[in-house]
Amino acid sequence: MTQLLLFNVTNGLIIGAFYVLMALGLSLILNLSNVINFAHGGFLVIGGYIAYTITPYVGFWGALLIAPPLTALIGLAVERVLIRPLYGRDPLYSLLLTFGLAFIIEDGTRFIWGAQGKPVTVPAFLAQPISSDFFFITGYRLFMVLAVVLAVALLFVLLRFTRLGMRIRAGTLDLETVAALGINVRMLRSLNFAVGIFLAGLSGVLAAGQLGLEPTMGTGLLMPSFIAIIVGGVGSLTGTLLGGLLIGVASGLTAMFFPAASEAIMYVLMAVVLLVRPRGLLGEEGMMT
Amino acid sequence: MKTPILSLVSDRRKLLKGAAAMGALQVASPFVIPVRAVDNIKMGMVDPLTGVYAAPAGNEVTGAKLAVEQINAKGGILGRQVELLVEDSANDVGTGVQKARKLIERDNVNFIIGDVNSGIAAAIAQVTAEKKILHVVSGGHTDTITGKDCHWNVYRVCNTTRMEANSVSDLLYNKYGKKWHFITPDYAFGHTLYDACAANLKKLGGTVTGNELTPLGTTDFSAYLIKARAANPDVLLLLVQGSDMINCLKQIVQFGLDKQIHVAGTQQELESLAGLPPEARIGIWMFEWYWKQPGVPHVAEFVAEIRKRNDGKVPTARHWFGYASAMTFALVANQQKSLDAVKLAQALSDFELPPEVKLQPNKVYYRNGDHQLMTSAFVGEAVSKGKDDPEDLFKVDSVVPGDKTAPPVADTGCTLKWPA
Amino acid sequence: MSGEQTRKLVVLAVIWLALLLAPYWMAPLGGYTALATRVLVLGLAAMSVNFLLGFTGVLSFGHAAYFGLGAYGTGLALKFLTTSTPVSLVLGMLLGGVAGALLGALIVRRRGVYFAMVTIAFGQVFYYIAFQWSSLTGGDDGLRGFSRQPLDFGLFQIDILSNTNYFYYFVLFCFALAVSAMGIILRSPFGRAMIAIRENERRARFLGIPVERHIWIAFTLSCFFMGLAGALYALVNNFADPKGLHYSQSGDFVMMAVMGGMRSFWGPLLGAVVFVVLQDYLSSVTINWMSFVGLLFVLVVLFFPRGLLGFVRSKITA
Repeated sequence: MTQLLLFNVTNGLIIGAFYVLMALGLSLILNLSNVINFAHGGFLVIGGYIAYTITPYVGFWGALLIAPPLTALIGLAVERVLIRPLYGRDPLYSLLLTFGLAFIIEDGTRFIWGAQGKPVTVPAFLAQPISSDFFFITGYRLFMVLAVVLAVALLFVLLRFTRLGMRIRAGTLDLETVAALGINVRMLRSLNFAVGIFLAGLSGVLAAGQLGLEPTMGTGLLMPSFIAIIVGGVGSLTGTLLGGLLIGVASGLTAMFFPAASEAIMYVLMAVVLLVRPRGLLGEEGMMT
Repeated sequence: MKTPILSLVSDRRKLLKGAAAMGALQVASPFVIPVRAVDNIKMGMVDPLTGVYAAPAGNEVTGAKLAVEQINAKGGILGRQVELLVEDSANDVGTGVQKARKLIERDNVNFIIGDVNSGIAAAIAQVTAEKKILHVVSGGHTDTITGKDCHWNVYRVCNTTRMEANSVSDLLYNKYGKKWHFITPDYAFGHTLYDACAANLKKLGGTVTGNELTPLGTTDFSAYLIKARAANPDVLLLLVQGSDMINCLKQIVQFGLDKQIHVAGTQQELESLAGLPPEARIGIWMFEWYWKQPGVPHVAEFVAEIRKRNDGKVPTARHWFGYASAMTFALVANQQKSLDAVKLAQALSDFELPPEVKLQPNKVYYRNGDHQLMTSAFVGEAVSKGKDDPEDLFKVDSVVPGDKTAPPVADTGCTLKWPA
Repeated sequence: MSGEQTRKLVVLAVIWLALLLAPYWMAPLGGYTALATRVLVLGLAAMSVNFLLGFTGVLSFGHAAYFGLGAYGTGLALKFLTTSTPVSLVLGMLLGGVAGALLGALIVRRRGVYFAMVTIAFGQVFYYIAFQWSSLTGGDDGLRGFSRQPLDFGLFQIDILSNTNYFYYFVLFCFALAVSAMGIILRSPFGRAMIAIRENERRARFLGIPVERHIWIAFTLSCFFMGLAGALYALVNNFADPKGLHYSQSGDFVMMAVMGGMRSFWGPLLGAVVFVVLQDYLSSVTINWMSFVGLLFVLVVLFFPRGLLGFVRSKITA
């Protein structure tokens, strides 16, 4: 029994790590620009499909390196054309626009690549478990966790030690003052959005190895990301990190005892947090109320 | 630096307005409803062309379109040309019902085919029964459609879950062992499939080591696989379908579970096998129809015709469902020389499909008591790489006739009430 | 009567005339009565969302939950409790409304994005309950086995089951009742207070308006209307399914309200007309209708944030 419990907790952490990657991108965009990006799942799908398309030419590792930046470029274009006019307006509008954008992306990927799921193969040496006891920790899943850890580490380095990162952090707290200090806020927002979408694209490439690649796969992964942000606390990236891991573990444990509720538990958790501690675990008071 | 941004803004507006105008043009031109040739016989088809079932639904439509072409080439129905009107149910019941009403009330269709989604199929069946329109359910599997919710005007082509369970149970028990563990999708299709399999297993003397109910759309099966492994079964039966099947199989192979436990299931589809990486194409399954049937008449022609319309890809069971459904209408209407729904529905009882439509070796007919097509089960094993053809991903071991897999009518719970 | 009032009366008359005669002018245009019925029901839902969104300034993105609850309530009532359609309607409406009252009490302190997210969260919890409790709700297959019953007035019957036109007028009647109630509420001092809260919450608070309580009442009322819309929807389909509870359904309703014009009373109905008719038409014409609908969302948000009515009004006043 304890072994089963240990397995499920470990498994939950692995699942959670993936949610963290998605949620961080969403969180970045939300914190700085007050934009609720309902199309984030769509960018994940784009990342996955780009990787699928270029893999025959550059291999799995090449796709891993090239697809996320390409997705980020697309994100940059979208931000410039569609999202920029919405800054300063009620968050309702960005929600609706990205909602519509998600439709367009789903239909577009179906149009270009077809509705049929695409087979994605990962390098053979990764596609096996590290031991027969811990069979659910395959090389690929471990690699995914490592990739997430690396991405998160790089993100924190970016935010802590670079000028861009400092400006993003400052902008999250007080964008007006940042603008008054002469920083080009438009470019800041664009770059911030691009970083967020880069993370979405990376999630897509990693997901494609683990799941079936098809146009509708983004929607199921979007809501857990939102929940991770809410639970962890809007405005805090560390909170998002914790939130993602927490809901991953909660989902894994629930699947062990009460599988029917393994998805619903995330929403229940979110509802509880919002009622009891609305700013989230590590959020700052007044960020969004 | 300023001017380029300004012009970019106005350019963007122009671009978006231009795109909107072009879109409007493409859509607006046929807004004046084209005067439908009153002479034509219309077949309506409602299927979820967008959403998670888009792939099988699209294939069903392709099959039906081929059928209509062939029907028209041979002179149509009662000498009149046939028109196929396809509507997207978008995997939403409200939309499906509305489209069915649209086809019946506005477009005056004589026949309805649909839906892949069992829930929508059942809801549409209520509308067609109310409006007295002959309705063939092409791809919705829930047993109640030819069970306790059967209607006089509704016939079904694809298998019921009981038929699927019955087709593989003996084989799995004899070949693999008596301890079975299940991964079941948590909705009606999954539940009835599990109940049927579990009942069969019990009759044979085996035991169920566990049943993991997975929510639809589960992407990560690791928690369930951990439990399955811990239960130490002989066979792991995957009852999930579509993307769930793909994700689950992928993960099973990545975890190396297939080396410790036999993997099998009931319904499997070519769409899923094609979406899997080669190393994950494993297990014993049943197909509802398979394209490679050497020696069976007319199959090769059908495959060739579908290839032309399907980017060179072979037909799947879904293509055949759509094809057989549309053909059914033409065959029975031409035979009875009538379009009256009640008359045709009565004529379809025990109606046998001819070789060029049934495309399989056994006798295939619509059973009298429940309107279920007695179609065969193609039982076999998944193959990671096709030998002669990259799409030959399934090795058929036996083709079991429908009336051997189907439970007796009395067990289905169907009582047909014919209109006065 | 002033020019302004005459204009409003004329507009009202035109709207009701169009609604009353819908089955007759729709057919030659390629429409069909069932489409009109659907527009009415979804229009009522959009107006219910707007009751909260446009008039109180509160964004609920999980309002479809009460829509779905209304649908299940009516379905279950018709299946197990009663053969009277009006009674089942009331029961459905009550289920949606009471749930709204209970949940509303829990969340009125939150605002903005948080409020939206909580409403999504609760909505999804209901969605999963409907999905999993399949013995009661039918799960993913939906609730079946009931249908709207002919209205029995003792002396005569109105067959709303098989006669599409009769059913349309029945729905129109319910719609009229709901809409009149909404109008009366908005015109009352309570309604004025709601608008004051939308305009400037802090000032409203300083004026002594009990803001949280008002928001809770507004929330509850809108949930009752939503429940009624859902109940009617169950009658339209003779079916209730979990999708009606999903947040994407909420998104559609909010879109209709925004598209038609959030600040106006009839705007959401116009939005529903455009949205439903367009979606119905587009999905018959092209398989890529999702792109067009998504594009519509994008265009409305970018260029017509005040909605169609807002756009028309600005042109008139300009």
